[in-house]
Amino acid sequence: MLPDFRLARPQSAAAAVALRAENPGSRFIAGGTDLLPNIRRGLASPEVLIDLGGVAELRELRADDDKLRIGAGVTLATIAADVRIQQRLPALAQAALAVAGPTHRAAATLCGNLCLDTRCQYYNQSESWRTGNQFCMKLVGDICRVAPKSARCYAAFSGDVAPALLVLGATVELLGPQGVRRLPLAEFYRDDGMDWLALGKDEMLYAVEVPLADGWLSTYDKIRIRGAVDFPPVGVAIALRREGEALAELRSACTGASSRPELIDGLEPLVGKPLDEAGLALLDKRLLKCTQPMETTVVPVPYRRRVMPVLARKLLRNLWQG
Amino acid sequence: MKNILGIWVNGRWREDAVADNALLLDYLRDGLGLTGTKQGCDGGECGACTVLVDGEPRLACSTLAHSVAGRRVETVESLASDGNLSRLQRAFHEHLGTQCGFCTPGMLMAAEALLRKNPKPDRAAIRAALAGNLCRCTGYVKIIESVEAAANAGVAA
Repeated sequence: MLPDFRLARPQSAAAAVALRAENPGSRFIAGGTDLLPNIRRGLASPEVLIDLGGVAELRELRADDDKLRIGAGVTLATIAADVRIQQRLPALAQAALAVAGPTHRAAATLCGNLCLDTRCQYYNQSESWRTGNQFCMKLVGDICRVAPKSARCYAAFSGDVAPALLVLGATVELLGPQGVRRLPLAEFYRDDGMDWLALGKDEMLYAVEVPLADGWLSTYDKIRIRGAVDFPPVGVAIALRREGEALAELRSACTGASSRPELIDGLEPLVGKPLDEAGLALLDKRLLKCTQPMETTVVPVPYRRRVMPVLARKLLRNLWQG
Repeated sequence: MKNILGIWVNGRWREDAVADNALLLDYLRDGLGLTGTKQGCDGGECGACTVLVDGEPRLACSTLAHSVAGRRVETVESLASDGNLSRLQRAFHEHLGTQCGFCTPGMLMAAEALLRKNPKPDRAAIRAALAGNLCRCTGYVKIIESVEAAANAGVAA
């Protein structure tokens, strides 16, 4: 049995946001595959859960001329199985399919994966384990166990879908009592394990818009110990556009390696010419420069730092060679 | 706080007073005595609590009972009829797909959902459908063979 809370089941997004504003101790729940285990472990203790499962408008998935609009409540199984997404935005379909196992994906939603709680081996533990370790700053304690001298928390963002949407140039729609505001997905995240979302206290993630631009190729893959269920110690998304024999545009993003999904900058020197060894070497360098894997998982940092560029090179080469 | 939950369980409409914080797993096991559905890792990692909701596999340990109000829940207890094992259960029995038996209800329900959608799955499809279900005894090969045998038995019949 979980700790006590009240459950509200609003029928519209506006009603859900109003309930959130009225109840400061509330949380939204969608698929529940991350939040409910966290509540059981004492990592979250909401007074009220606002179940978004009855809000039909959040499950809309439609393609306009030049963009795909995905409601926040669309399940990862639906995204992975959508033929338009498989054909036009393969990185997104692959990332959705890489999350957890088939039973999770049937319940888990886009908003849940994008707002996934940051993870750490000192945080995602039972109450008694954390008590024995005198807690950490993300909950109750006062220091970061992976970086005890640090003033901040280094828990890692481990969602698979965010890096794919970052390289696809997605925008998020946030709904609050004052209405809707839009943000580029990159601005939705902050590099802080305790405060990783630019989401107001009374706002919900309402929808995601992804441009359907011609000529882009994209892909996502993750390193994992087990073929299903595992969170990624590292995941990499790549998108590129080719013009003849030259790389015309290139984007890369990583997950599992920092407190936010990182869009890798400084890749401009690869553009305007064919992909070569020097370009791949620069990609290696930028990946390691832009990310900061810490001891947040049992998979050691040196391995994650080595495997990230290996994975990125493999994905980029495969895309480039078609 | 308790509220009335109206829900189909194994083909029967029920209305029960159920606490807001009750998981589907708590409701089935403690409320209805349907203890075939197992509480394993309690965190969505092992699949032992898999049941069907409107024909789709669902982790009962990571689902609030009220969030599936009005929907059709099926548990392992629904598979046998008149004391006879279902085709899938019989295949698990005959092909040694079960040892200690703890993961079996979850395996059966995940496989049941697969066979309804895809009556003749190949090995890759079976492995994909059972990817979220852990077994610590069989090494999985016997389980996959059992699902295959059930599918083949279905074609023969």
